[in-house]
Amino acid sequence: MTQRSRLHVPHPPARPGDRPDFGYVRISPAGAVARPDITAAAADIEELATQLVRVLDDQQRAVGPWNPHLEASELQVGLRHMLLTRLFDDRMQRMQRQGRISFYIKSTGEEAVSVAQCMAVLPGDMLFPSYRNQGLYVVRGRSLTDLMCQCLSNTRDMCKGRQLPVMYQWAAGNIFSISGNLATQFPQAVGWAMAAAIKGEDRIASTWIGEGSSAEADFHHALTFAAVYRAPVILNVVNNQWAISTFQGFAGGERWTFAARGPGYGIPGIRVDGNDFLAVHAVSQWAAERARRSGGPTLIEHVTYRAAAHSTSDDPSRYRPKEDWASWPLGDPIDRLKRHLIGLGEWSQERHAALEKELEAHVTDCWKEAVKYGTLTEGPTLDPLGMFEDVFKQMPPHLLRQREELKALRAQQAADAARESTDGARVESVDDSTEESPVVSGQEPGREAQARSVAKEG
Amino acid sequence: MAQMNMVQALNSAMDIMLQRDQRVVILGEDVGYFGGVFRCTEGLQRKYGEHRVLDTPIAEGGIVGAAIGMGVNGLKPVAEIQFADYIYPAFDQVVSELARLRYRTAGEFSAAVTIRTPCGGGIRGGQTHSQSPEAIFTHVSGIKVVMPSNPYDAKGLLISSIEDDDPVVFFEPKRIYNGPFDGDPHKPAVPWSSHPRGDVPEGYYTVPLGRAEVVRSGQELSILTYGTMVHVAQAAVRQAGVDAEIVDVRSMVPLDVDTLCESVCKTGRCVVVHEATRFSGFGAELVATVQEKCFWNLQAPIERVTGWDTPYPHAFEWEYFPGPARVAAALQRVMEAS
Repeated sequence: MTQRSRLHVPHPPARPGDRPDFGYVRISPAGAVARPDITAAAADIEELATQLVRVLDDQQRAVGPWNPHLEASELQVGLRHMLLTRLFDDRMQRMQRQGRISFYIKSTGEEAVSVAQCMAVLPGDMLFPSYRNQGLYVVRGRSLTDLMCQCLSNTRDMCKGRQLPVMYQWAAGNIFSISGNLATQFPQAVGWAMAAAIKGEDRIASTWIGEGSSAEADFHHALTFAAVYRAPVILNVVNNQWAISTFQGFAGGERWTFAARGPGYGIPGIRVDGNDFLAVHAVSQWAAERARRSGGPTLIEHVTYRAAAHSTSDDPSRYRPKEDWASWPLGDPIDRLKRHLIGLGEWSQERHAALEKELEAHVTDCWKEAVKYGTLTEGPTLDPLGMFEDVFKQMPPHLLRQREELKALRAQQAADAARESTDGARVESVDDSTEESPVVSGQEPGREAQARSVAKEG
Repeated sequence: MAQMNMVQALNSAMDIMLQRDQRVVILGEDVGYFGGVFRCTEGLQRKYGEHRVLDTPIAEGGIVGAAIGMGVNGLKPVAEIQFADYIYPAFDQVVSELARLRYRTAGEFSAAVTIRTPCGGGIRGGQTHSQSPEAIFTHVSGIKVVMPSNPYDAKGLLISSIEDDDPVVFFEPKRIYNGPFDGDPHKPAVPWSSHPRGDVPEGYYTVPLGRAEVVRSGQELSILTYGTMVHVAQAAVRQAGVDAEIVDVRSMVPLDVDTLCESVCKTGRCVVVHEATRFSGFGAELVATVQEKCFWNLQAPIERVTGWDTPYPHAFEWEYFPGPARVAAALQRVMEAS
């Protein structure tokens, strides 16, 4: 019989209505993976890329050579940061649903990936996040009010109204601008790290992308440059199993791990339980130390699960089982660290409940403060003429002219409006100005599509 | 005839072409099982199978590069780039490869790839979900560039694009997926069912590439425009009370110079409108063409109304968007000039 080639199309193990099935996730027992010296050659530690570094066992006890032996106080800080990140996310999601902000992206279930690594590196190290790393801002102490002001595009928005919500930046906090395009930050982080090495500094860079965007060429550019120049950089692939509707098999995760792409470039790859705060901290510390001592880059794959929708424009119930998150074998990073601390006698349900209440109140206070500086629909608002600034450092003549044009148009419109209002009882246009839901409502791409498809099925 | 919005019309075009021509395949991010983030490919994978409608890795360069290879091997790929703002990782494959393959091989190789991609703002998408990069592609020799303004044209033009033996970049103005939009975000949304061009034949038909269409006849002035701005221009004409002729360019490459210039030579006045940035925008090509062909008939300088030369700002999208007020003001200026 003649053999013909057949196109292989990856299939996720479960679709809506199916039982969740995570049998494909290869899990090593906690404590089972060896911890090599940071000077080990990439070729000698290839197995790290296919095993799974775990510290917390099923009873949430810290075991094995990767246990970072952190102080209880440090673990409590980590728990606090993760919890605050989650409560902040939940609040912003609700505010989007109420039409107060146009869009949001939650990091629910992935908090350890940002929080633990950020705590393992130094404040001077430069971070190049993706759009699901808000925990970095929490750890580095940016006020939630500032983040909320960005999401509101209001008068205190650090981006001056130019970016979608969540696309923060913080030069003083050493966190680079988030791009709405994917994977672009990966080679940029490598370049930043190369510059640190050129300048003879001991600062390192760290960057995150999703497993889905590791398919972009920028991922491969980054690994090549990092390997060639042995750049002091940590390259994180957050394998949260889903890239909008396509599961990790469509990024090439079906046959082999994402961490294993490192050894192919001569870079150590470490696959870590991304929902294990201690394990993420430990491998991050290992990679940071190695980078700081001229050992070059490390590729870390964080095995985790995107518990939330891709964004507020997405409806995951269309493509994966609703019970997926509850069935995820690596649990919830907050719950696991909490139970670990309780096991140590350093935490309790009562303290946890009190902390939750305190942080919830903090989020509320921050929101109240943030909206004082305006929302999308209520003043105060930024001056639209500001849109012409920062295109170039100095505004060239054509933009000066365009700014004047807009200024004149707005003055004209304001004068017309004033004339109309003093005209008194002119009501002919009442039909046209029917009160409508806020500008943002229903105009976000996926939401429209979502509403339509829901309507169609319903 | 059926009532269709633009999403349904595009879906129908792909459905018909998958049915008619076994060589047609669809590929892109989230286009298969999920049916696309804008639902344009909904149901197609279920109907035609996973070897005809493919979900892809997130790699636009990979999508276009693979589409070229498929085209070389005899398929007719229709690639979706999820947002036009995401097309740049594929730029080398489009410019250096797709556009020039026929030329550099003296016709021995070619790839009939259609790239569909949603463009334009007005959906609070910020700078990475709002761009109109059509001019960048019209500047490249060897690719056709199309942008429909209504469901009827969308379906007919997409079928023509898929059937065409040359590569086509097919821009879909996402703000008018669900209904014509006249530039006033405060008005209730209008569905396509209220618009004559929401009547779409269910079966096969084509709208030829390279033909503009006069969508409003007038005597005093010609507005050359395309995409969402066709509807904004209509609102501006009503607002300004000018008897303007509106020409929907539809196909930028090849360009229907005759229809455009016939109109301008008749009216003697011309305003060019597009949502994309002004500097080196496609309007510059339109203005130059009109100047070359209609100079002795012009009674006033040609004006352009466009997006400002800045990235699309999230918070100021309605100040950025060249709405009816700006278009109407330009119409008046051009009418008053002599």
